[in-house]
Amino acid sequence: MIDGRSRVIVQGITGHQGRFHAQAMRAFGTRVVAGVTPGKGGETVDGVPVYESVREAASSQGVDVSVVFVPAPWAKDSALEALEAGVPLVVIVTEGMPVHDAMTVIQFARVMNARVIGPNCPGVTVPGAAKVGIMPNGIFREGNTAVVSRSGTLTYEVVNSLTEAGMGQSICLGIGGDPVIGTSFVDALGLFEADERTSEIVLIGEIGGTAEEEAASYISAKTKKPVVAYIAGRTAPPGRKMGHAGAIISQGRGSARSKAEALRAAGVRVAERPSEIARLLTDVRRR
Amino acid sequence: MLLEDRGKELFREHGIDVPGGRRYSDPEELRSASLPLVLKALVPVGGRGKAGGVSKVTTSEDAVREAIRILSLEISGYRPQGLLAEEVLSIEREMYLSIVIDRSLGIPVLLAGAVGGVEVESLPPDVMGRWPIHPFLGVGEHLVREVGRSLSLRHVEEFGKMLRGLWELFIRTDCELVEVNPLVLTTEGRLVAADSKVVVNDDAIFRHPEIGGDLPVMDVLEAEARRERMSFVRLDGDIGVIANGAGLTMATLDEVDSQGGTLGGFLDLGGTDDPRKIRKAFELMSRSGVSVILVNIFGGITRCDTVAEGVLGAMDSLEVVPFIVARIRGVNEELARSMLESRGIRAHLDLGSAVSDAVSWRSSA
Repeated sequence: MIDGRSRVIVQGITGHQGRFHAQAMRAFGTRVVAGVTPGKGGETVDGVPVYESVREAASSQGVDVSVVFVPAPWAKDSALEALEAGVPLVVIVTEGMPVHDAMTVIQFARVMNARVIGPNCPGVTVPGAAKVGIMPNGIFREGNTAVVSRSGTLTYEVVNSLTEAGMGQSICLGIGGDPVIGTSFVDALGLFEADERTSEIVLIGEIGGTAEEEAASYISAKTKKPVVAYIAGRTAPPGRKMGHAGAIISQGRGSARSKAEALRAAGVRVAERPSEIARLLTDVRRR
Repeated sequence: MLLEDRGKELFREHGIDVPGGRRYSDPEELRSASLPLVLKALVPVGGRGKAGGVSKVTTSEDAVREAIRILSLEISGYRPQGLLAEEVLSIEREMYLSIVIDRSLGIPVLLAGAVGGVEVESLPPDVMGRWPIHPFLGVGEHLVREVGRSLSLRHVEEFGKMLRGLWELFIRTDCELVEVNPLVLTTEGRLVAADSKVVVNDDAIFRHPEIGGDLPVMDVLEAEARRERMSFVRLDGDIGVIANGAGLTMATLDEVDSQGGTLGGFLDLGGTDDPRKIRKAFELMSRSGVSVILVNIFGGITRCDTVAEGVLGAMDSLEVVPFIVARIRGVNEELARSMLESRGIRAHLDLGSAVSDAVSWRSSA
C-alpha cells in the first residue's frame, strides 16, 4: 500500500492540521513531496512546495498518495480532484464529511480504479517505512502483526500495548468510523493475507453496521493467518450514536455480542478488553 | 429525524401526496376542527402508535380529551412538540417504501413491500424487496415498473412520480433515510404517504440551514456538547467517562461495566487538545450530576500536560467537584501525572487500575 518510496502530497497543507501532520509524517520518514492549497500555490510550508492543484503537484513531483486534511465542507471536492488527477491512493483524514459526499467520492474512485481510505480515519502506517495520516509517531515497532481498526485513539492504545509487549507491526490501518468508507475490513484482510511480512492480524471493531460480520465470513473462507479481535461498545446503549457516526446499534442489529459471536465462529480469538490482545496474540503465535 | 409535519412538508414540496392536516399545540383549538381526524404525537422517534401517541377521534369532546392525553405522554424520552391532526383516509391497502443508505454496499437501496404500517424490523426479510440505486444514476423507468409491479400497483405513473420525488428529496436534502410507512392506496385510488420519516445526515446540516433549526433536541447538556462538536450521552449511574475518540470511549465504558461500575454518562472529546474544551467537558459532566469523573486520554498527538491543564482549570471553575480519576498516556505523561497528583487527583498509566479506582470511589472519596 505504502512504503518509504511512496511520494505523498498533503491536501490542505497550509491549515493548522495539515501543516502539523505534514511535519510529523516527514519526521517519521515519509516522502512528503508537495502540498496543495488552491490560492496558495508557489508558497512553501516548512520547506515543502505548495501547488495550486493536485494536477500541478503531480506533474512537477509525481504523486503516489494524497492525504486530505481539508475541512469537511470542501473535502469532497479535494478528494475528487486527487482522483481525477489519477492519484491511486487517497487517504481522507477529515472528520464529519457528509455521508452523501463520501458515497460520491468512493463510487468515483471505483471509476478511476483508485483506493480511498476513510473518511474520518487516522490513515495508514508501515513501521520503519512510512506513515500517511495522523497516527502518533512514537508508538510503533517494526514486526509482523497487521492491525486494522475502525477507531483512532483505541488503535493507538492497542498498538502501543503491542509495542510495549515486544510485538512489532507490519502495517497499521485505520479504516475510519463513518458508515460509508472506502476501504473495508474485508479489503484490509485481503491485503494482509497477501502481505509477506504479515504473520498475524489484529482486528479492532466496534458496534454498528455489519462490517465485522462480513469480516467473519471472509475470514472463515479466505484467511489462513491467525486473527485476534476486539469489539468496542459491549455496554453501549442501543439507538445512541457513540461518537463515530457509524457506531450505533439500530433496529437490534450491530451489537458487540453478535459481532464477537460471528468472529468466534470463524475461529477468531476475541479479546474482552484491549489489554488482552497482546496475550491472545502470544497464544496464537505459539500454536 | 425530522418531525412528521416537517417531513410531510418536504414530501409535498417533492410532489408526494400526503393527507390533509395541520399542526396544533393547544388542545382547545381542536374543538372547532372538522371531524373525523387522526391525532398524532409529534415526536422524533418511531414506535409512537404502540406508546398511545396516535388516536382517531370522531367528536369534538374526544378530540380535545385525546389531544390533552397525547400531549402529556412521554415517548422514548421525548415530550410531543405538538400534534398533527389529519384527515382520515379510506384505506384499500397499506404498503411500505423507503430509501436508505446501505452501509455494506456504500450506496442507497430502495426497500418496498406489500405490508405497511408495522415495524419493518418485525417482518421476515423476504417480505421486503431490495433494489440498489446508484447515486450517479438515480431512479430509472425500469425500477418504477419493477417496484410498482411488486406492489401490485396499477397506476405506475403516479407511483413513478412518488418514487422520483422521494429520491430527489433523499439526494437534495442529504438524507440517511426517507421512509413512507404506511404508503396507503385509498379506496378512491389515491396513493398517499400516510406517515413520513426523514432522517437528515447530521454532518450535512451545515448546507441545509432551512432544516437545522427543526431538529429536536432531547437533552440540554447533550445539545450544548454538540455545539462544541463533542458527543455527550447522559445515563443514570455514578461514573461519568470523558475520553478522546469514539473507540477509546467505548472501550472505557466496557471496562467500567466489567468491573461492576455504573455509568452516569460519557463524553467523547474527539480529536481535541484544547484546554478550554476539556474544561467545558468537565463542566457538562459535573452538571449532569455524576459522582465520579473518569478521564481517559490516549494522547498520541495531544500533549498530556495540556490535558492536565484543562482538568485543573475545570477544578478551579466548578462549584461542585466530583471525585476525579485520570488515566493519561502519551507525550509528557509523567509531567501531566505530577501536575494532577499535586492537586490530589489520582493519575494512572493503566486503564484497568484507573477504572478500579473509579468503581471503588465510595470507599476512597
